[in-house]
Amino acid sequence: MTSVGTGTAERNPWLTRATWRRILRDQPLIPLSGLLIALVIVLQLVQPGIVTASWAGVIVRQAVPLAILAGCQTLAMLTGGIDLSVGAVASMAAFVMATLVNGQGPVVAVLAGLGVALAAGVVTGVGIGVFKVHPLIMTLGMSLVVLGLVAVYQLAMVLSGVVIPDPILWLGSETSFGFLPNSLFLFVPLSAVIVLGLRRSGYGRLLFAVGDNAIAARLAGVRIWQVLIVLYTLSALLAAIAGFLIAGLNKTASPALVESAVLPSVAAAVIGGTSILGGRGGFAGTIVGALILTLLTTLLTTLNMPEAMRQVLFGAIIVVVAAAYTRVTGEA
Amino acid sequence: MSAATEALGRRRVGVGEAVTSWIRRSPWIVALIGLLVVFFAITKMLVPNYGAPGVQALGISILPNALAAVAQAIVVISGGIDLSVGSMMALTSVVSAVLMKGQSDIFAVGVVLGTLALGVLLGAINGALIVATRVPDIVVTLAMSFVWAGVALLIIHTPGGGAAPWLMETIRGPLVSEWIPRGLVVLAVLVGAIWIPLRRSNLGLSLFAIGSNRLAAFRSGVPVDRMKIVSYALTGLFSSLAGLALTANTGNASPVPGPYTLESIAAIVLGGVSLAGGRGGVVGPILAVAVLYLIRIDLQFIGINPNFGTVVQGVILIGVVMLGSFLALRRVRP
Repeated sequence: MTSVGTGTAERNPWLTRATWRRILRDQPLIPLSGLLIALVIVLQLVQPGIVTASWAGVIVRQAVPLAILAGCQTLAMLTGGIDLSVGAVASMAAFVMATLVNGQGPVVAVLAGLGVALAAGVVTGVGIGVFKVHPLIMTLGMSLVVLGLVAVYQLAMVLSGVVIPDPILWLGSETSFGFLPNSLFLFVPLSAVIVLGLRRSGYGRLLFAVGDNAIAARLAGVRIWQVLIVLYTLSALLAAIAGFLIAGLNKTASPALVESAVLPSVAAAVIGGTSILGGRGGFAGTIVGALILTLLTTLLTTLNMPEAMRQVLFGAIIVVVAAAYTRVTGEA
Repeated sequence: MSAATEALGRRRVGVGEAVTSWIRRSPWIVALIGLLVVFFAITKMLVPNYGAPGVQALGISILPNALAAVAQAIVVISGGIDLSVGSMMALTSVVSAVLMKGQSDIFAVGVVLGTLALGVLLGAINGALIVATRVPDIVVTLAMSFVWAGVALLIIHTPGGGAAPWLMETIRGPLVSEWIPRGLVVLAVLVGAIWIPLRRSNLGLSLFAIGSNRLAAFRSGVPVDRMKIVSYALTGLFSSLAGLALTANTGNASPVPGPYTLESIAAIVLGGVSLAGGRGGVVGPILAVAVLYLIRIDLQFIGINPNFGTVVQGVILIGVVMLGSFLALRRVRP
């Protein structure tokens, strides 16, 4: 970089379009981190003095559940699917957990929450894997079924109060050393497992294989239906964990707790560089995508934008980012 | 007159034969009519005095859903899918209700025409975005569903606005006989005036062609991208008609999208439209909407917890699609 002068663009291989293209396709983390830092700087400019260690803790605490939900989308999107039932499943798990604490104790309650999510995930997986229902329709239908069942359950459990057990509260909303959100104690190992699992484990490779070319995968001996059942079950369990964290963060649980996080979760995965067509992406980018969306929400709140405007912008951002990725990677 | 009859007679042997050949060509629709009759019978058994008022309620209630199903059917036949139908309905309904409130009848006519133009525009934007960005239909329309719903919320926050009295009169009450609800007549006129001529034109053929095999259509000289935009614009048009039906039905507009997108998908699959595109029509989906409506009110009559209604709807959606894909699998490998 010593000979910076005229015509750098031609001479310096750093700045050619092809290089940019390759960076964006293979290393989406680099431009995404740049965007993240730019957003922090903009926030600091809009409201000087806002960026502190404890503020970063608040942002991370909000971003962690979103990142987990976006992880569900990432896994599903790697196979060319999508999981729109994460909102309903996460709310259901959190609500079932919160209503059972009084009668059964926190351990049973958490296990029951995970159990109902597991059941929903298996049903979704069987529908998509065995009966070949399109993932979008299956998960939308499942979210209707789950929402209805939770509403019926709510009427049955009207007397038992909603209690969030202390460990969940500690995980979801408290911080250690003044700035480190406790949810990171759960999230860091979890995300390490997902990132490494996708890159190194056989199952991770199967997800990429199914999404890249389902026919080739089948001819190579992959039992696609088994991969899909496991995938949507895992997705539901992850959603349940996110639901617990959100219940801990909001200190309450209701049947519609997580519903508003469904579109942002898709958006975070798309921004993070996971292709909805399958076969390309990863969880690391998704985490940064979730952080970017959380920062963006904070910025819009700081600018006093109404909720409706936020919806419009989120939708527009998904289209623009997805378009940018399709252009860059040349997929059609 | 006699010459014309003769000219017709040369091609078609007789009414009876035409009917039997139609039945042979569309077994799915015949089955749906059978299903509809069965559910009418069940309703009649549950509520012995179910009669003309019930049919009129059906006519009013299914109008928005049926128009939404037609909207979805057109785009799915053309090989796409539109998850923003419900949001476009909310937006067009809100715009029409806000503009119509307290205005004269003549002004309301202009508002209706403007709303239809807005629907075409919204649909065309969806289609153009899909064509221009090459992003899958599902992603674009899912994202746009939030954009349109957000715009509707920006216009009004809570249900409001108004509807011109003549608009409300158009879909309410009976016509000629108390067994013929105006809503159904309006539906038949709209579908007859827009879809049937379209279906018989080159444009309709092109829509089926791009849905059936995009590459083959392209190689036969069909302007594939332009047709895609046209199909989404038509979906937008029918969504705005559905939105107007909502406004006319309730006399105001809610900015929050109803469950119409999901039900439209369930209705088209139950109505015999292939989700893979290129196969189906709009009569089947309309009949399917009526069947779904009867199932819902039957559940109410039995006295089942209304929340189970949502469950049943989800189960029907999944079950119908499962059945559809099962039949499609059977068709591929006999």
